[in-house]
Amino acid sequence: MEQLDRTGKKVGMWLFLYTEIMLFGGLFVIYANYHHRYIKEFADGGAALNLVAGTLNTVLLLTSSFTVAASISALRKGTQKIAMGLLGASILMGLLFLVNKYFEWGAKFEHGIYPGSAELAEGPHGLTIFYGLYYTITGLHGLHVIIGLVLLSVCSTLIWTGRIHQSKDIFLENSGLYWHLVDLIWIFIFPLFYLVA
Amino acid sequence: MVEASAEHPQPYRHLLAVLVGLLALTAVTVAVSRVHLGALNVWVAILIASLKSSLVLLFFMHLKYEGRLIRTTFVVTVFTLAVLIGLLFWDVEFR
Repeated sequence: MEQLDRTGKKVGMWLFLYTEIMLFGGLFVIYANYHHRYIKEFADGGAALNLVAGTLNTVLLLTSSFTVAASISALRKGTQKIAMGLLGASILMGLLFLVNKYFEWGAKFEHGIYPGSAELAEGPHGLTIFYGLYYTITGLHGLHVIIGLVLLSVCSTLIWTGRIHQSKDIFLENSGLYWHLVDLIWIFIFPLFYLVA
Repeated sequence: MVEASAEHPQPYRHLLAVLVGLLALTAVTVAVSRVHLGALNVWVAILIASLKSSLVLLFFMHLKYEGRLIRTTFVVTVFTLAVLIGLLFWDVEFR
């Protein structure tokens, strides 16, 4: 019975992840369409983004995905403290990602580049679309990072109180799946925005 | 049904090897993007991103160890997305 419940919860989580894939997939389709139409403007927009910040955020998310996967292994080995430590490291990296993003967006805002700004309205139309997509997609992704961080924090607390343990870890596993999906989406965001120059 | 193998802990060194692979591919994709290849640049970037996501899916998300139900529905989802993208490109090309 326990095993059946576990399978149901995992399948349910994957079904939810499929809707997330279609959600971001749809946004990427819009991106592809406009990239096709405004190749030059998209290259200019990409060149203006901070490649170092983007690469750093990629490294942070990839590493945090590793620590989340490792925390599940640690829990299954029965080493709760290591599992919590690894989750703590993941949460820290997720927070650093958001801080980095905050400074990145902030720098763009200072240059008058934000949705509906007068600066963009005067420039080429393709550039407005590039930044519109940039803010929509990275913003929606950032929201997912925040939700993921909440889930990981809840997991950490539940391990602490003993509600998640070696033989009852499905909540951690599903939260991990969510965090990996956030990483997966970033893997596509990174080249589409930062490397199109 | 989820196979029992999904429940065994993955060794840390396997997960670490996946991370090293992901970081190496990140370095490659940044380096290649600085080389001017014209339209090929986009395709190389997408190819590397697909490789990276496969690593995440197979090992971090345990897709490699899941049963037929999850694997099949995942492939169907990706196929649906591919059809969506394909039809849109077709439309844009012949508009």
